[in-house]
Amino acid sequence: MQLAPGIRAALASLLLLALVLGVWHLATLPKASRQNADADYAALMGSPRSSLPAPLQIAQAAWLQLKSPFRNGGLNDKGIAIHLAWSLGRVLLGFAIAMLVAVPLGFLIGSSPFAYRSLNPFIQVLKPISPLAWMPLALYTIQDSSACSIFVISICSAWPMLLNTAHGVGSVKREWLDVARTLEVSPWRKGFHLLLPAAAPTILTGMRISMGIAWLVIVAAEMLVGGTGIGYFVWNEWNNLSLANVIFAIAVIGLTGMLLDLGFAGLGRLVAWQE
Amino acid sequence: MRPFVSVEELGKSYGALSVFEEVGFTIDKGEFVCLIGHSGCGKSTILNVVAGLDRPSAGRVIVDGSQVRGPSLDRGVVFQSHALLPWLPALKNVAFAVRSRWPRWSDAQVVSQAQKYLDMVHLTGSEQKKPSELSGGMKQRVGIARAFAIQPKMLLLDEPFGALDALTRGVIQDELLQICAATRQTVLMITHDVDEAILLADRILLMSNGPRAGIAEVVENALPRGRTRQTIHRDPRYYALRNHLLDFLVTRSRRYRNGAGSEAARTTPTELLPEESVP
Repeated sequence: MQLAPGIRAALASLLLLALVLGVWHLATLPKASRQNADADYAALMGSPRSSLPAPLQIAQAAWLQLKSPFRNGGLNDKGIAIHLAWSLGRVLLGFAIAMLVAVPLGFLIGSSPFAYRSLNPFIQVLKPISPLAWMPLALYTIQDSSACSIFVISICSAWPMLLNTAHGVGSVKREWLDVARTLEVSPWRKGFHLLLPAAAPTILTGMRISMGIAWLVIVAAEMLVGGTGIGYFVWNEWNNLSLANVIFAIAVIGLTGMLLDLGFAGLGRLVAWQE
Repeated sequence: MRPFVSVEELGKSYGALSVFEEVGFTIDKGEFVCLIGHSGCGKSTILNVVAGLDRPSAGRVIVDGSQVRGPSLDRGVVFQSHALLPWLPALKNVAFAVRSRWPRWSDAQVVSQAQKYLDMVHLTGSEQKKPSELSGGMKQRVGIARAFAIQPKMLLLDEPFGALDALTRGVIQDELLQICAATRQTVLMITHDVDEAILLADRILLMSNGPRAGIAEVVENALPRGRTRQTIHRDPRYYALRNHLLDFLVTRSRRYRNGAGSEAARTTPTELLPEESVP
């Protein structure tokens, strides 16, 4: 029977996952002792559990986490949903602030070659700075640690949106601008009814990249800032030496990032146009 | 009577390179004028100057008593590449122009005006199609509807049918003739198609080749209004006119050099005169 290509690919993915988990499982099986050493000696050598956790252990840890995602037992015992909500909240707030600055500024830069040339050196210097490098400066000036992580997200995720907006607005077809000129369209109307829809696909692509960066940054930022969030959770479980929880958190970070990306891809399709 | 459009001593140069010089012509109200020339002679630039989209290096354009200083809703433009907004369906593309012309109209008024002009170009039923879903001919029809819908004082058409196949072109030319006859529009159109010019234009301006191009001849269309694509080629005067225009494009446009630009008198070549044209 011939299956649809999508289903075949999905089956192959599942098979690959099963293969990886199977190899992982076999590799982490408790080794049978080569010599029948006595139990005391074995205990002295340390338990084999301290190596990389087996898939079943991770599943167990995941089950324990997912069973009570909203529990709040103090700083060291919060549910994964609470951490995730904190992280998402910070990311969305930081992203929104970046968007409010970057998109209008991108419009300005995109519609004025002079503005583009004069601001470009600053953009190129600020763009490659790591979020971790901003952190001490932010902690010193802002002091509130939660606000710091939001600031770092904003400043790191603003650049793709800024550059893509500028590029999208700057490459609006000359003939469309001519149409607007012959129709004596007001600048305000031109911005919202011509430049914005024309540049929207490019802007959305920028937002998608920005959101990806923001989600990368939040984990690093929360490790430093601490208290709440998925990044803090990872760091905390590392300190607890619970690698199973760390791997569970890694999976949660990856899945959430994927969902955010899919969301923006969907938004991009909404505003896409074809010539 | 003062002409409706008056183009005076127009010139355009880029640095030392002069594209065209001392271009002058007039258009009366309700007249359909075609500008023919080889590519590179600056005919599109002339149209853009009349539209107000481009600035001349010399001379001026006066439309309805006032000098053109920029684009205006008084002069509708049909662009060569249709220039529709691809994210808007056909009706909204026209409505965008209508809304620009009458900002205080209600939505219903805007839609009904846009619909009226889409109907006029026979696009009833395709209102909600995006430009990417329309054929080349349909796209240009939307462009024509958009230009007419704002009811400008004059229309400027920049090789509107250049990208269309011959059959589609013929159909839209007929539609354009009908709309122009119905609305008594004043039209300036750029083309390099001799047959198109004979069918549509009351007067044909022939441009010499650049650089330093100019208007070499002004040919009155000896064929009276009411021309149709079905009957025009049976008119005995048709081929004489066609040959005259083709001869110009093939040979005379090269020989002609600007300098006598302002003397480019209205020529009605003798072989085109009605009484002499019948063999």
